Amino acid sequence: MELFLQQLINGIVQGSIYALIALGYTMVYGVLRLINFAHGDVFMLGAFIGFYTANLLGISQPSVGALILVMTVSMAGSAAVGLVIERFAYRPVRKFSRLTSLITAIGVSLLLEYAAQFVFGATPKSFPTIFETQNISLFGNVTISNDSILIIIVSIFLMVMLNLIVFKTKLGKAMRAVSFNLDVAKLMGINTDFIIAFTFALGSALAAAAGILYSVHFTKIDPLMGLLIGLKAFVAAVLGGIGNITGAVLGGLLLGIAEIMVSGYISSSYKDVFAFLILILVLIVKPAGLLGSAAQEKV
Amino acid sequence: MLQLQDLHVSYGAIKALKGITIEVKQGEVVTLIGANGAGKTTTLRTITGLLTPKQGKVLFEGKDISGTPTHKVVAQGICMSPEGRGVFANLSVEENLELGAYLASDPARIKSDLEKVFALFPRLKERLKQISGTLSGGEQQMVAIGRAMMARPRLLLLDEPSLGLAPLVVKSIFQAIDEINKAGTTVLLVEQNAHTALKHSHRAYVLETGTIVLEGSSEELAADKRVREAYLGE
Amino acid sequence: MNTLLRILAWLGASIVAVTIVESILKSLKNYQIMGSDIITDYGLNIICLMGISISLAVSLQLINGYTGQFSLGHAGFMAVGGYVAAFITKSTLTGANPPDQSLLGTLPVYIFALCAGALAAAIAGLIVGIPSLRLKGDYLAIVTLGFGEIIRLVIENIEAVGGPRGYIGIPKFPKWTWLSAGGFEGTFSSLSWIFLFIIITIIVVHNIVESSFGRSLVAIRDNEIAAEAMGIDTSFYKVLAFTISAALAGFAGGLYAHLYGQLVPNTFNFVRSVEIIIMIVFGGMGSITGAVLGAIILTGLPEWLRIMAGLRSDSLPSWINKSLGYLPDLRMIIYSSLLILIMLVRPQGILGNYEFSLSKLLGKSSKNLPKTTEEKKA
Repeated sequence: MELFLQQLINGIVQGSIYALIALGYTMVYGVLRLINFAHGDVFMLGAFIGFYTANLLGISQPSVGALILVMTVSMAGSAAVGLVIERFAYRPVRKFSRLTSLITAIGVSLLLEYAAQFVFGATPKSFPTIFETQNISLFGNVTISNDSILIIIVSIFLMVMLNLIVFKTKLGKAMRAVSFNLDVAKLMGINTDFIIAFTFALGSALAAAAGILYSVHFTKIDPLMGLLIGLKAFVAAVLGGIGNITGAVLGGLLLGIAEIMVSGYISSSYKDVFAFLILILVLIVKPAGLLGSAAQEKV
Repeated sequence: MLQLQDLHVSYGAIKALKGITIEVKQGEVVTLIGANGAGKTTTLRTITGLLTPKQGKVLFEGKDISGTPTHKVVAQGICMSPEGRGVFANLSVEENLELGAYLASDPARIKSDLEKVFALFPRLKERLKQISGTLSGGEQQMVAIGRAMMARPRLLLLDEPSLGLAPLVVKSIFQAIDEINKAGTTVLLVEQNAHTALKHSHRAYVLETGTIVLEGSSEELAADKRVREAYLGE
Repeated sequence: MNTLLRILAWLGASIVAVTIVESILKSLKNYQIMGSDIITDYGLNIICLMGISISLAVSLQLINGYTGQFSLGHAGFMAVGGYVAAFITKSTLTGANPPDQSLLGTLPVYIFALCAGALAAAIAGLIVGIPSLRLKGDYLAIVTLGFGEIIRLVIENIEAVGGPRGYIGIPKFPKWTWLSAGGFEGTFSSLSWIFLFIIITIIVVHNIVESSFGRSLVAIRDNEIAAEAMGIDTSFYKVLAFTISAALAGFAGGLYAHLYGQLVPNTFNFVRSVEIIIMIVFGGMGSITGAVLGAIILTGLPEWLRIMAGLRSDSLPSWINKSLGYLPDLRMIIYSSLLILIMLVRPQGILGNYEFSLSKLLGKSSKNLPKTTEEKKA
């Protein structure tokens, strides 16, 4: 029982990170019907921007202020990266087939990974301590570290903010209109290019936040860190129902918990196989995911 | 008010419009009738900037607007209720109508426009919080037209408002169109239902495979032998 | 009977041709021009790698280019074929009672192993293809990516083939000498295996494309619903094309295993699949010529870059020297930028669906292949 609870806590922490990244996949898929392969790499860039910000500012004392500062800079920087990618890679190919966009996205992903290896170096770096971590004993042998609590709290906060933006603001209404039907959204006078760019910025900022939280928790960062996590977060988005914001959060948490359980009770070497099996099963059996509605592929 | 001059539009190698010239004057209801695939929807999509013409001009109040992004065309006062109703099925009726007023920022104006739409379509007031996808076809058409009116268009483009609706519903929709026009909005109406369209318009154009084959006052055309045979089923 | 004879004649002629080419290349190793070797072992190795890339690219072209089904799992099938073939040769040729290592003793083992690898990859292709090919576009891409990764991860967990550390000690292709006269030595070794397989792959894919089966595939690519309405059993054809493509990739994997004598699971991750895709996208979707060209240029890219880096000299400005020095590290950056650039400028690839043919070159009648969807859109 104690083991199970401990696993559950670890799963929720892992799942929160997946969920934050999955949100970006799902929003971009919603407005563009594009699997943004480069999204996992924006997560990586977020971590590196945080790394350099903390080092350049010479943050020596961990503090909440330092964390907020680093996270804000990283989110803003990554949002800018997201905007650049959208403007110069994805927008020009939008007029071609969706497959062209997909190949472009794969290209952008590889470019970010290898450019990062070239610029930052391929060896893992230690993320500076901007947040003092300590374990808190809950009961029995079950513990939770304060950075795990931080991850959960920040994730909830960002998800609530996102929900407010999407469901309570005019911009959010326009985003939902664009994701339903691009042409009709244009007929409302919506500048759809702007809305799409905004969606990219928003998703990228969330991925950067996930990057910082991940780095605080796992302390090591490297240029390929976004590859597998990005794919997993995509699995989470698909699991929840791609295009569905609540689905992304649900999918992220489920995947995180399931993965930790598999590695705890079966074998850690099969947890990645498990994630891909979920992906395949969902796409083949119920492509709309847990919360998605209509079939995605139109003729 | 609106002039299409020698408009050519193609989808890849397929020519959808082969040089059409149309004029809509202030205060008119002009209808464009024709069979499926004649190029009616293409014409409307070109006016709103969803398509760019290969050749020719779209003049709105004397200004060439061809190639202008759609959202800027809408800002100039042209609104379209798209074919197949095109309501945002995932949003409520209220949200749909609010999106119609996307470019307006004054809450008082939006509120008074909302009242005008309710006066036109009282049914929508009852359905305000309902998700649009669950409405009947006629109600969705009302949302689409009401939503277009929320932008206070000077020129309203209607794409097949009678499509798939029961005769009684068609009648009420066209009554609303008459009222909209009387209140001062110019209307360009695209219809397959030539009978009703000619009854509710001042002038008409007949479109066949991308070219205008006939034009004149709606009364004249309704009496024309060719129109009667081809479009009125006589 | 007639066709069988023709195939055998083709095969025989090809074997003779490739061994002669290999022998010439190898004998050139003894000569030098202006003090530097014309061909080195390293160079021969690159040529072998290019050959394997060509086979992979041409086989992927069948499913991605001609059938229009975007698969992202080709490296997985290559891995299946490689591991199965390597397992057979390693356990047979180095086991308790290895056969005599003569041509007649080992040749059947290699042929059997390579074919078994291809068969295993075909079965894997069937297992992946049947459920996946009901999906379209990016969903299909993602599912095949998932299957490819699962194949790799499963291999990583099989200790009998070395697990994540890799499978080592796989017997390499031996060198068989069939003629030795007047300083000339006719040999048949890895290079010949690979050349021969390129020829087989190109003939198989070319003949499929020119057949009614191939026309059905192109019809599926251009408009699946219309193809179905015309009575084409689209699922059957898609799965068949996918399986053939996987089998060819498996065979290429077997060649790769016996060329290097070792296999590492991580080299078969999805980046490898993407590299093959870049080759066909670069050369042109729906063109065998394009796939060959793309494979040669992109497999050779590290070498081209190294050669350019070698141009550094004291007479050049230092910033040029410095940039040239970076070039070899930029391989993947150039790869990915190239991919993006092609998508932006010419999404149908450099050659589009152009095919090189001798008859066309000689001014004879040329065939008009249907245009790709991209070209129609543009």
